[in-house]
Amino acid sequence: MPKTIRKSKLQENSKNGNAQERSKRLNVQKTYKLFIGGKFPRTESGRYYTLKSADGELLGNICRASRKDFRESVLAARGAFKGWSSKSAFNRSQILYRLAEMLEGRQAQFVDELIIQGASSSMAQKEVIAAVDRLVYYAGWCDKYQQIFSAVNPVASSHFNFSVLEPTGVVVITAPEENSLIGLVTTAASAIAGGNTCIILASESKPLCAISFAEVINTSDVPGGVINILTGKLSELIGHFTTHMDVNSIVYCGNDASTIKKIKSDSTSNLKRPVFRKNINWLSAEAETPYFIADTQEIKTTWHPVGI
Amino acid sequence: MKTKQKATVKKVTSTNGSMVDISLKFNEGWSYSPAPESTDHVSIKERYELFIGGKFVKPIKGKYFATINPATEKKISEVANASSEDVDKAVKAARKAFGPWSSLPARERGKYVYRIARMMQEKARELAVIESIDGGKAIRESRDIDIPLAAAHFFYYAGWADKLDYAFPNKKPKPLGVAGQIIPWNFPLLMAAWKIAPAIAVGNTVILKSAETTPLTSLKLAEIIQEAGLPDGVVNIITGAGDTGAAIVNHPDIDKIAFTGSTSVGKIIQKAIAGTDKKATLELGGKAANIILDDAPLDQAVEGIINGIYFNQGHVCCAGSRLFVQEGVAETVIRKLKDRMQTLIVGDPLDKNTDIGAINSKEQLATINKYIKIGKKEGADFYQSACDIPERGYWCRPTLFLNVSQSHRIAQEEIFGPVLAVQTFRTVDEVIEKANNTPYGLSAGIWTDKGSKIFNITSKLRAGVIWANTYNKFDPASPFGGYKESGFGREGGLPGLQAYLNLG
Repeated sequence: MPKTIRKSKLQENSKNGNAQERSKRLNVQKTYKLFIGGKFPRTESGRYYTLKSADGELLGNICRASRKDFRESVLAARGAFKGWSSKSAFNRSQILYRLAEMLEGRQAQFVDELIIQGASSSMAQKEVIAAVDRLVYYAGWCDKYQQIFSAVNPVASSHFNFSVLEPTGVVVITAPEENSLIGLVTTAASAIAGGNTCIILASESKPLCAISFAEVINTSDVPGGVINILTGKLSELIGHFTTHMDVNSIVYCGNDASTIKKIKSDSTSNLKRPVFRKNINWLSAEAETPYFIADTQEIKTTWHPVGI
Repeated sequence: MKTKQKATVKKVTSTNGSMVDISLKFNEGWSYSPAPESTDHVSIKERYELFIGGKFVKPIKGKYFATINPATEKKISEVANASSEDVDKAVKAARKAFGPWSSLPARERGKYVYRIARMMQEKARELAVIESIDGGKAIRESRDIDIPLAAAHFFYYAGWADKLDYAFPNKKPKPLGVAGQIIPWNFPLLMAAWKIAPAIAVGNTVILKSAETTPLTSLKLAEIIQEAGLPDGVVNIITGAGDTGAAIVNHPDIDKIAFTGSTSVGKIIQKAIAGTDKKATLELGGKAANIILDDAPLDQAVEGIINGIYFNQGHVCCAGSRLFVQEGVAETVIRKLKDRMQTLIVGDPLDKNTDIGAINSKEQLATINKYIKIGKKEGADFYQSACDIPERGYWCRPTLFLNVSQSHRIAQEEIFGPVLAVQTFRTVDEVIEKANNTPYGLSAGIWTDKGSKIFNITSKLRAGVIWANTYNKFDPASPFGGYKESGFGREGGLPGLQAYLNLG
């Protein structure tokens, strides 16, 4: 199926550009692929779904990720976990900040993608700016949340006893369907700030920013496998997400009661920690909280005798 | 009951092939006289009703079941078997009490909880004796650990009641409502305290179901709660078996389920409440690694191994049931361990010299014996101390298996008895890998004299509670709970509050 030529909204809106001259040039279309282990593979299944704009313009053939793609992602995330979780908090903080730097420089691309997926220009710009700031926000938490949530516990016996947070491990995130950029950025940042690695399923109806964000990840210093991004159908993949035995937590950003029930029920396979983000206003301060980080953390308590 | 020990001298082949005596000659020339705890001050009724709405009421269907002393197999008392109608009655009482209780000034609520703690301390000796009679636990443990810790739990959480504004920065915590709590038989009163204290301190009301084989101390706690004047319905304590637990889990007007027990039942509960808004904390099974490095203080480590696996007859979810000894010291550690095992006294739970009491029930003894059989069949080397055990009752001598491999079921599955699976290792990386190679993640132990090794290993073990150069220590201020399939949520400390609050 030949792709129709889509003009960039920015090009259309550009006052300085020579519109006539540009229209002669054939745009180079991007193939939107998955992001697994720091690489951009197509889905192994060879399947796609068609993404169209509100006025019926073809935006792309989006990879419809399979169970095998998901399994590959879990392998990549598990492989990256040891290295990422043992990095110093300061180092993780700088890497998240680097993500913000990379996104800042590519704002125009993201605004453009949000607009062609249906956002107004002002909303698109607001969301992109918020996404950059959100990364800065969570970058700052990396070396601070531990001090909020950990404790030295005054036990009665002669022991030194303390509790710290540790990442729960590999986290699957289903990004919110709306706010496809800021939702994805918030959930990813809060998971990896705490040392987890993650697999994110992008918004099904608005997947473009997710793959473009993978390019941002890939040009910052986030090690391969720390964030993996899939596109496809939640209804098809959710059963694989919940029953995979090497996933430690699943974060669902949505309100569908039957999906919530399925996640709670099926995640008992290996007692994944289910986390639900219902009715969150992703652009507001509600989505800026260290409790989002704490939701995918475990508490470890260590005892040691005091004295001889 | 006299428990004479006849530790015979064992001959084993040392590494150079010669036969050497390794067993110390314990108790050959002397033995302990019986030192039974007196029971004349203990009052146990012939029959107990359900504690609902501040009163002891008969079960609607009029059914009762016996609770027996596992050390004598004799009936101690009988308790009500709560049906789903009784559960409903208890939930209604708890719901009715929730509004007034949660809106009581927090300080007043705290003072009620303090009062319960103090009255438990006053009755500590009676509670300890009943705990040992009903569950088979050695009196030394129920007296020094279970009961004081249970009272301390109420005391600790009482003080949180009016300080919640400081517990969760930037949040306005609210109680969840009615909590259904289901507890196991291994630490009956302590588990009741772990469940009830934080729940009511922060304004919830509860229905607690004690375990089928150990109902008595929670009913004594009900008496204390009644005497303390706690408003009717804030705490409801009922007795029964699995059906009663299921009725709690499935009751539509319960907001929170707190469960301690096996991983398989925990998963069933989580599935059962999946379609509801009920919140859950699950404290489930474990298969903890207890790791002895070659620079460990070996005598202390051996005490730690003993305490890790033989504490409370091994009926401990965080028991150090997988022992990993570094090769260089394995022979010494195992020799010392076997010697120490020979000194352990198995017998009358009420005897103050007893180290290992009765196995909690006939069913549990059958489970333990099944695993001993499996261990032998799988080819591990079986060793048991030679102590005498009483003729009646349910008993298991301290047991260990050597030459266990990772794939053996006795190294994979929770036995919940005094059975230790011993493996050796060469490097630290190897033992971390082996220790983490389990679906469980409740606890672990590590023994070494080098601080940097402790921090290296404790930070890499995927478990919720880690004891370094100690084992099986508990405190109300110390969060307890597991990673992975050992459950979620924490009990104890500030995180223990979160299980009973809506942070909004």
